[in-house]
Amino acid sequence: MDAILEAVGASQIKDVPDFSAGDTVRVHQRVIEGEKERIQIFEGVVMQRRGAGMSETFTVRKISAGGVGVERIYPLNSPRIAKIECPRRGKVRRSRITYLRERRGRAARIQEER
Amino acid sequence: MLGLIGKKVGMTQVFDENEDLTTITVIQAGPCPVVQVKTAENDGYHALKVAFEETRAQRVSKPAGGITEKAGIAPHKVLKEFRLDGDSEHSVGDVLNVEVFESGDPIDVSSRSKGRGFAGGVKRHGFKGGPKTHGQSDRHRAPGSIGQSSTPSRVMKGMRMAGHMGDRNVTVRGLSVFSVNVEKNLVLVRGSVPGGRGATVVIRKRSN
Repeated sequence: MDAILEAVGASQIKDVPDFSAGDTVRVHQRVIEGEKERIQIFEGVVMQRRGAGMSETFTVRKISAGGVGVERIYPLNSPRIAKIECPRRGKVRRSRITYLRERRGRAARIQEER
Repeated sequence: MLGLIGKKVGMTQVFDENEDLTTITVIQAGPCPVVQVKTAENDGYHALKVAFEETRAQRVSKPAGGITEKAGIAPHKVLKEFRLDGDSEHSVGDVLNVEVFESGDPIDVSSRSKGRGFAGGVKRHGFKGGPKTHGQSDRHRAPGSIGQSSTPSRVMKGMRMAGHMGDRNVTVRGLSVFSVNVEKNLVLVRGSVPGGRGATVVIRKRSN
């Protein structure tokens, strides 16, 4: 029965680059405004990946202009995501780095993984 | 209205035509052979009796086995009738499959809900329970007052109280078909459906 369930969404599962919590990603999101469609890039640190299969999501956090933290949760397989880039891999010791919320500036830095 | 018998496979999410993530229930429905056609002349009403899930003869009751045997069909686990407005275009031996449904069709889905055992008022009827603080003790999930005092000196009939919850037939009306997979006999329904995985469900087309 689980096999049937998995097969249902299999065609919508996308090939995404391998990334995990702590990595910096650039999410190319297709934004539809009326008739027009454009690409918006959201760049930030991945806080977590959660769920599996069709329902998998990931949370990206960035500090926007003005120093306000912005978090966006994306469905991993969303057709509205044109591309995910992972320019920097971060070295973190846990799979959910929610402690990032309590940190600002220099304290919120993540070491790059070699 | 015409429908199908099936088995709940489980729930998952898919992206719909607007690229929005939609929650769906996967039901493996049919193929359902027609075992009996009931007509107004013969039976007083029009209906189609269909079967689901082949099984061994010793697994079904004699009356149920007799019906399939008369139709010249192997014994099936489930038999269900679908009322029709008039004469059926199907005859005994025809096999209904998920093609009776189309994407977007409004449907009603019936199944046996998950049993919750003896449940309290909070879970069963959505009571608020008592205050959690302000010196309250032993009142957190209590039902509160169940009536007046010496008049009428009894509890009104139908007073909602704790008791057995779930494990009854529930019909969810006005669901819609997301899509149909003819090869695998699957019906994807938007939203949730009563019962656990593997529960036998009946999907009926809505007349409107």
